[in-house]
Amino acid sequence: MSFVLTPKHLEQIEELKGRYPSAHALALPLLWMVQEQEGVITLDAIDCIAPYCDLPSMELYRIATFYTMFHLEPVGTYHIQLCKTLSCALCGKGEILERLQAKLGIKAGETTADGRFTISQVECLGSCGSAPVMQINEEYHENLTPQKIDEILEALE
Amino acid sequence: MRDARIVSRRFDIPQIHTIEVARNHGAYEKLHWAFALSSDEIITMIHESGLRGKGGGGAPAGDKWSLMPLNDSRPSYLVVNCDESEPGTFKDRQIIVKDPHLLIEGIILTCYAINAHHAYIYIRGEYAPFQQILQTAIDEAYRAGYLGASADGSDFALDITIHRGAGAYICGEKSALLESMEGKRGHPRLKPKQKECEWYFGNPTLVNNVETIASVPFIVYDGPMAYRAFGTAKSPGTLLFAISGHVERPGVYEAEFGVSMMEYINRFGGGIKGGKKLKAVIPGGASTAVLTAEEAAGATLDYETLQSMRSALGTGGMIVMDEDTDMVEALKNLLEFYRHESCGQCTPCREGTGWSDIIVHNILEGTASSTDIDRLLQLSRTMNGQTICVFAPAVSMVIDSFISKFRDEFEAKLRKDL
Ligand SMILES: Cc1cc2nc3c(=O)[nH]c(=O)nc-3n(C[C@H](O)[C@H](O)[C@H](O)COP(=O)(O)O)c2cc1C
Ligand code: SF4
Ligand code: FES
Repeated sequence: MSFVLTPKHLEQIEELKGRYPSAHALALPLLWMVQEQEGVITLDAIDCIAPYCDLPSMELYRIATFYTMFHLEPVGTYHIQLCKTLSCALCGKGEILERLQAKLGIKAGETTADGRFTISQVECLGSCGSAPVMQINEEYHENLTPQKIDEILEALE
Repeated sequence: MRDARIVSRRFDIPQIHTIEVARNHGAYEKLHWAFALSSDEIITMIHESGLRGKGGGGAPAGDKWSLMPLNDSRPSYLVVNCDESEPGTFKDRQIIVKDPHLLIEGIILTCYAINAHHAYIYIRGEYAPFQQILQTAIDEAYRAGYLGASADGSDFALDITIHRGAGAYICGEKSALLESMEGKRGHPRLKPKQKECEWYFGNPTLVNNVETIASVPFIVYDGPMAYRAFGTAKSPGTLLFAISGHVERPGVYEAEFGVSMMEYINRFGGGIKGGKKLKAVIPGGASTAVLTAEEAAGATLDYETLQSMRSALGTGGMIVMDEDTDMVEALKNLLEFYRHESCGQCTPCREGTGWSDIIVHNILEGTASSTDIDRLLQLSRTMNGQTICVFAPAVSMVIDSFISKFRDEFEAKLRKDL
């Protein structure tokens, strides 16, 4: 099925155009819109949005591959992003990862067979004072303990 | 240590992120007074205050503001850097969540001074929940007439737009940030020979950190001397220092420059977790050289002192490590970060971050040879001073500091006796 932007997004694009000196600036906002709508950025969607930012599709693709948060492959409904950087590592990220992997039966970088959960390890989330930390989709979960992981996952099941 | 709260002074007031409460506590109250001043008068205040950029570099803000042309045919822009991706740093987030109207007021004053009519806030993509709070505050400020066609009834027009990043540490570097905002990969630009302002689509642009801009209202309203009453002669004022790792009470606590590092760690951080002994401190975000416990004992939190110790104040985000920390593991952790975040433009950086990660991996696995530590140092030297941005030289400093100060731990791994 080919990709089309929603009317709400088309409206947003019109509003945004007036806020930037050049349409090129819309590249990231447009990629975000696609990801918000589809959960993944397909080549088809890139072809659809390219004219709005006046960039060739190939250029937009190059941009999409540069930024870690853009998904060119689908991720689970719940995308668990566990911080692996120093402050979190010092404060027990290791046992959190173990618990996540044991509970979900997958390794970091994998998605459960039912497509519900993906575990990713990511770099510093800007939350080092409440380490260890993870995000599930956009929500932060801080000061994690293995027991908290059990509670969070149970609430999602 | 005396109390020194400038940017965080309203943080504890309940609901201060809403415009009603913020206004009850003085937000936007003196704007009309500032609009009676000239651009030059405000820029002079910033100069006199000695305000230094709080994004990591510590450049004098007044100098940067003065590089902006005031009568140019092209539009001028302010870009506020809220990329906040330096490991150990989580202070700008406190401002946008706790007192977003302070930042907005700072933006209004700054734009008025540099004659910009549009400000962008570049925020890291992960901060979506905090972006929402900031956007709500911006919407409130529009409705109350502080933003839009005529700010606070003056003839000064100003728009603020939040621009969301998408997960790339290097986009915090100001020229990479502007490339990213121009709809490109976040690759830092070559630096010009002379000092000049930044350029956004070829238009004169000022890039400042969130906390720098949030410091502006105090300086303009209370005066440069009130700001200078805190800190040291060369590092005036305060910083939202942050502390994480092995301490009892990690968090963000504002203090004046020049206070003792250990006093800060003990008083605000509550000391080392579990009563253990201190082994090392990374003083200002992951790209500053590590200090030993002995060095930390003699350190004060200001630009000059930390520079004289061959490290840097950076963002003021301290990462504390206790006596049980494996320093080889700690370096490995940082090298994975650098390897992932190098933008890849410069060969020494792209290859150097990758190979140093591999060498330290081999040291940990016990498959390295006895010459590998020196090979790592050699590799680190190639990353210093030959790249487009200072990312690679910072990595080089970090590697050097870990090996020179904790070499015995690296050697013990080679002998497999640890
Ligand atoms: C690799 C790298 C990453 C940076 N990341 C940030 C950042 O996340 N936030 C920030 O404000 N400044 C960051 N900076 C510093 C900016 O380039 C720039 O100096 C700063 O935003 C200017 O604002 P200031 O003068 O108010 O500090 C970074 C610099 C480098 C070299
Ligand atoms: S030093 Fe590294 S991060 Fe900086 S421009 Fe070169 S490759 Fe990119
Ligand atoms: S190190 Fe995990 S949030 Fe910063």
